[in-house]
Amino acid sequence: MINLTIDNKPVSVEPGATILEAAKACGVKIPYLCHYSKLKKPHGGCRICMVEVEGNPRLLAACTNPVAEGMKVITGSEKVHKARKFVLELLLSDHDARCITCEKDGDCKLQKLAYEYGVEEPRFTGARRNYGVRRDNPFLETDHDKCILCGRCVRVCEEIPAVAAIDFIKRGFATKVSPAYDKALNCVFCGECMYACPTGAINSKIGRYQGRTRDLKAVESVCPFCGCGCNYSLLVKNGRVVKVQPKKNSPVNDGSLCVKGSFGYDFIHHKDRLTTPLIKENGQFRPASWDEALGLVAEKFKVIQAKTGADSIGGFASARCTNEENYLFQKLMRAAVGTNNVDHCARLCHASTVAGLADSFGSGAMTNSIAEIANAKTILVTGSNTPETHPIIALQVFKAVRENGAKLIIADPRQLRFSPYAQVQMRHKPGTDIALFNGLMHVIIKEGLEDKDFIAQRTEGYEELKKVVERYTPEYVENITGVPQEQIIAAARLYATNKPASILYSMGITQHVTGTNGVKTIANLAMLTGNLGRESSGVNPLRGQNNVQGACDVGALPNVYPGYQKVADVAIRAKFEAAWGVKLPANNGLTITEMVKAAGNSLKALYVMGENPMLSDPDLTEVKKHLESLDFLVVQDIFMTETAELAHVVLPVASFAEKDGTFTNTERRVQLLHKAVDSPGEARTDWQILCDLSTRLGYNMSYDHPSQIMDEIASVTPIYGGISFERISKLGLQWPCPDKNHPGTKFLHKDKFSRGLGKFFPIEFQSPPEWPDAEYPLILTTGRVLFHFHTGSMSRRSKGLEEVCPKPYVEINPVDAVKLGISDGEMVKVGSRRGEIQLAAAVNDRCTPGVIFIPFHFKEAAANVLTIAALDPVAKIPEFKVCAARVEKA
Amino acid sequence: MPQTRVLLKNIGTPDSETLDGYLKNGGYQALKKAVSDLTPEEIVDSVKRSGLRGRGGAGFPAGMKWQFCASDQACPKYVICNADEGEPGTFKDRILLEEDPHAVLEGMALAGYAIGANQGYVYIRGEYYKGALSLEKAVTEANQHHYLGQKIYGTDFDFNIQVFRGAGAYICGEETALLDSLEGKAGRSRIKPPYPVNQGLWGKPTCVNNVETLTNIPWVVNKGVDWYRKFGTEESPGTKIYSLSGHVNHPGNYELPMGATLRELIYEYGGGIRQGRRLKAVMPGGASSACLTEKSLDVKMDFHSLAAAGSMLGSGAVIVMDENTCMVGAAHNVAAFFEHESCGRCTPCREGTHWIKRILERVKNFEAKSVAEIDLIADLGQNMRLGAFCPLGMGAPSAALSIIQHFRDEFETHVKEKRCPVNIPAVVPGL
Repeated sequence: MINLTIDNKPVSVEPGATILEAAKACGVKIPYLCHYSKLKKPHGGCRICMVEVEGNPRLLAACTNPVAEGMKVITGSEKVHKARKFVLELLLSDHDARCITCEKDGDCKLQKLAYEYGVEEPRFTGARRNYGVRRDNPFLETDHDKCILCGRCVRVCEEIPAVAAIDFIKRGFATKVSPAYDKALNCVFCGECMYACPTGAINSKIGRYQGRTRDLKAVESVCPFCGCGCNYSLLVKNGRVVKVQPKKNSPVNDGSLCVKGSFGYDFIHHKDRLTTPLIKENGQFRPASWDEALGLVAEKFKVIQAKTGADSIGGFASARCTNEENYLFQKLMRAAVGTNNVDHCARLCHASTVAGLADSFGSGAMTNSIAEIANAKTILVTGSNTPETHPIIALQVFKAVRENGAKLIIADPRQLRFSPYAQVQMRHKPGTDIALFNGLMHVIIKEGLEDKDFIAQRTEGYEELKKVVERYTPEYVENITGVPQEQIIAAARLYATNKPASILYSMGITQHVTGTNGVKTIANLAMLTGNLGRESSGVNPLRGQNNVQGACDVGALPNVYPGYQKVADVAIRAKFEAAWGVKLPANNGLTITEMVKAAGNSLKALYVMGENPMLSDPDLTEVKKHLESLDFLVVQDIFMTETAELAHVVLPVASFAEKDGTFTNTERRVQLLHKAVDSPGEARTDWQILCDLSTRLGYNMSYDHPSQIMDEIASVTPIYGGISFERISKLGLQWPCPDKNHPGTKFLHKDKFSRGLGKFFPIEFQSPPEWPDAEYPLILTTGRVLFHFHTGSMSRRSKGLEEVCPKPYVEINPVDAVKLGISDGEMVKVGSRRGEIQLAAAVNDRCTPGVIFIPFHFKEAAANVLTIAALDPVAKIPEFKVCAARVEKA
Repeated sequence: MPQTRVLLKNIGTPDSETLDGYLKNGGYQALKKAVSDLTPEEIVDSVKRSGLRGRGGAGFPAGMKWQFCASDQACPKYVICNADEGEPGTFKDRILLEEDPHAVLEGMALAGYAIGANQGYVYIRGEYYKGALSLEKAVTEANQHHYLGQKIYGTDFDFNIQVFRGAGAYICGEETALLDSLEGKAGRSRIKPPYPVNQGLWGKPTCVNNVETLTNIPWVVNKGVDWYRKFGTEESPGTKIYSLSGHVNHPGNYELPMGATLRELIYEYGGGIRQGRRLKAVMPGGASSACLTEKSLDVKMDFHSLAAAGSMLGSGAVIVMDENTCMVGAAHNVAAFFEHESCGRCTPCREGTHWIKRILERVKNFEAKSVAEIDLIADLGQNMRLGAFCPLGMGAPSAALSIIQHFRDEFETHVKEKRCPVNIPAVVPGL
């Protein structure tokens, strides 16, 4: 430790600490502008933090100068004060100090310091730099005349999202922060620069002039877009959410957000919000009272229940809704309606993970935490376009690779924003994952790189696995996957030896007819190398929706009750019968994909809460046919979705900003959201509607507040046993959390798998159900883009998101485009055996030749018109990632 | 009077820029001696004992720098020749680069051997086109004849050199900005510590030496420390090339032992002031150095003596101004240079250089409202010295501050009487 004094206060700090850090440690306040605690490297540019050090005639910047033994620092001298005041005077000489209309007035670091140091009219008068305001992108407004060139924005952009979209251009007095060649900003628009700006130079166009910090009420909440579950505050003025502020030091997002989090919140107050219940009459919706609408739903359900049985009614719970609401929904279906036909869109994303990892390990969720990724030595990303679909998790990968020297392996048919950082990038053919990973395991076993102790002590079934992967030689695998043998060998060696290694995967693995097997193969690979049960290792399925993890956890699945307790287990069923005071159905229910197929046949009524199968499910023409033939369809949503349009009754609900409740993010963290604003019109929260409807169905449900529902969840769900609103009021808790004193679980399977021993499953590669042929020569794969979310009901109603990404497109490799005579931006027809859509061609090399990619957010050219409704036999997840297609000029 | 030509010894000899010419002048013998007979430690020790101080401006002891670099265990290491000779009035490195490039290369190879580097870069300012061609040709020749490249003189020592041309920024002469530029970034100074000797190019130990410093090395190795220390003073040993410019009869490069006086340089070697005029001011160490007047002409031109006189040796660029020079104009000219060259990273330099220039412009154009504006320049200058991020910002106000100090009456005449007492448009030569 280094000992020094600051203003005569003795302090001891680690060697290498800066004077500023030492000052913080002993409570001496040193002002600064360019220093930003989130950044690793200091800048030393603003020179506000200058201090006197005894024996040095100059002043030293506290943020860049390291401490030394016996150093005597003086921060309060006249010399220091004068120098700081002078710097402020210089900064103000070039500052457009029209605080009257400045967004940062009252919250501006420059303003605060100028006041504190009493800087009057600057002595430097005359023309200033005059670069004006730039507004040439949908999200950010840059007022260069309020910029003090501290470089925080430049540095965060390079260091945190690894984008480096802006830098200092020109030099000296003419210096300006701008993209290269002073072009318009074209980046990921995460807003990190805006949050870092100490003055009013970078503002949100969405929130400009809508309220300044002092006028805003901050309500803590959780971002409603993806499964990262970023913590932020909704900033409210006059009953409207006008801005958001990411939560500093959150273990999930540490003060960062992506573009959707930062700018996508404006859907909350969109004019399209449903405000009153609607009943369809003669093909037209008419407003109705809650009493009439719910009365009609209850009556219809009762009639159908009596006529064709409870199992002719089905329900889609929602990965968008809270844990409490999903719990009530499945309880309503099971206890009030009397069927296990309850499922939700996890069926379309990670059903194979839930099934596969439950078989291999005993529980299907991310084994490790988001924050652990940064400390992994090797990261294998497969079937996940992390930088676009989980941007905040991608930050951890960038941190691991760029700051901590981790090695990155990518196995994905498409180029990712990660690609330049990859040590090995394998671009295998879509649908050949199992062959590829069997190939890696073949190399690992052949070279003796497997973790023998781990296999012996913690697993079973190894010999069977060994037998199967024996024939997956690099040569054989190259033939199937198209990945060069050297890459397979290099990836295998790296993953097996450079530990801890963490696997991140997503829809690219799960959305196949072999999805469950794909997941088990990933599990095999991790167990083979002992990369489990340790910090920064593991098997990490990145969950897609904000509460898809939670909806699974609280039993919105047809075969399990809350906490993955099996319906088929008599003792478990008896427990729930006792808890809910009603006889429960014994048979497993239907999955989403099965319910859609049964709709109009054995299934007569469907209750959809916050889901949109008319865009999200495969082979939409078929889906529509089925939904239209239902006797009764109820949709409960915040907007009139494509599915709601087909409904008989539509119920308007509160958005995430209008209710209390919990979401469970992808790392199993149960987090609290708070009501920030009132719902529009008569919209009600889902949980209130569910209580009302259940009571009308004859099963009484009554709660005063969602916290009571969580208490009930905790009482019947062992993994949530210790969770309550009170405990998670400050910081979320990660399940398993079995009792009130349990601190939550950072990573799973530490000494023992949930199922006891980890199980190896020997799995053979199996071709996708539809492979290119002469008629349909291309492989179509689908997915998401950074700027939109799922069926777009929220993101496409966000002004900025829609402006930056307004149109559907198909990515096609230049090799194929040339063959077809298609140029970039040209309209094309894409067809499969199930349908055809028209959209623009995006000719680039993100896909390999022979593969095309279409994002599925766009109803005007819905990718799922083309996809195939072939299902995984275990998880019933559809094959979204591979079907045969063709492209023609439109 | 004859100069003491050590570093400039080869200049003017036939084909001095070619390998043949260099070999005829005894070239690459120091390298041979070093790699065959001496250990790296012995060379570092010799350079330390020679007392050689950096000739680029800062005057840091070369041997110490080498020792820091040599004792760092990280690898690879790099040797960089700083040929970004940008200090106004300086043109000493230029002649070495153009006419004696092999001496520079030999110095670099010796540095590489001493610190354990196998790769060297010459960072040469973009404007030095001829120098860059000359260097590139020399590197090719030296490689062909195995004075550079693999297994030099049949030993295990490999050393390669690459020539990198700058793009015209003064700041890139500052060693850490040079490193950023060499790495492909915009040239802006880095935070120190860490110093380049520990974390330089690509974060590896790097020895950055000036051209003239490096051309001293073969002499130290060949002739020994005692021979070397015969030149110059105890505290500033060796010879120094002074670039003499301005209102003198014979501007040019003059190599003299350290410690020759300013008067000797200007009047004996430079032939005195043009047209028999009186000397008014002189900047003895480039545009960053404080100016001196007639009173200081007997100052010895070495690191210590010039510092004691309130200025500095700097790069050895001696800029002479005669009695017809408007000192407001001179100060403005220098200020305009620094305003143009400030990188913009830190507030004091970015804003300070601008406002000094702007206020001087007002004084020069008789637009200044009161003498308080002159004091404001002084205030700006003091604060830049106190708090600027790098040497550019600290040195930028020196000329203006010293000129105001010596010639305040001229400034006041401009402000109060709206006229110039000299009344001749001023140009600082060499800028």
